Amino acid sequence: MKFFPLVFSIFMFILVLNVIGIIPYAFTVTSHIIITVAFALLVFVTVVIYGFWRNGLRFLKLFVPSGIPIYILPLVTAIEVMSFFSRPVSHSVRLFANMLAGHITLKVFGGFVVMLGGLGFLGWLGAALPLALTTALTALELLVALLQAYVFAILTCIYLNDAVHPGH
Amino acid sequence: MDPTAAKYIGAGIACIGMGGAGVGVGIIFGNYLAAAIRNPSAAAGQFANLIFGFAITEALGIFSLLIALLLLFALG
Repeated sequence: MKFFPLVFSIFMFILVLNVIGIIPYAFTVTSHIIITVAFALLVFVTVVIYGFWRNGLRFLKLFVPSGIPIYILPLVTAIEVMSFFSRPVSHSVRLFANMLAGHITLKVFGGFVVMLGGLGFLGWLGAALPLALTTALTALELLVALLQAYVFAILTCIYLNDAVHPGH
Repeated sequence: MDPTAAKYIGAGIACIGMGGAGVGVGIIFGNYLAAAIRNPSAAAGQFANLIFGFAITEALGIFSLLIALLLLFALG
């Protein structure tokens, strides 16, 4: 519960950055990998440091699930360690790629509208279709913006829970 | 084969990975709908888990799109 200010700040910051990016001509901050990597590394370093500070070396019990036979223990531990280190990677790339892909799609369909519009009157009629699709995609983009901020915050809570209570 | 052609072919192959993500998202929502028809009052409580699971699965499809975009436009 003491992590509420951190998680809420992260959630609101990412939410506002995502939603501002939907405004035409605005710059989407979270569609740059360095921003999302900074957020994900902040969470990862907080988890590791707080985990070791609070649990000591028992934090390493996170990688050794209980109740498995001894002969596959090294393999399972190696897999758990690798998946632990892949967390900041997937955490950051998820937000970054969602924002980037959404905006690229919008730009591509916007380009279609302009290309069709340049073909004269019949082109203007035809350009209504990509325009409608671009409007629908903008609505979807807004939903994805809200959703990805929420998912980022939820995963932050899950990773912090791992630091506070190591072991499955 | 010159590198630019190889990049285009690789980007096309990378997009096949999004099929797996589509299947995964369909499985999540299909199971949710099947269970919600059986037990509508309990369905609302699991809606948050549904959205969370969807976002995680969708992320893997977007990773595949990211590889394709990296191949096309960045130095990958």
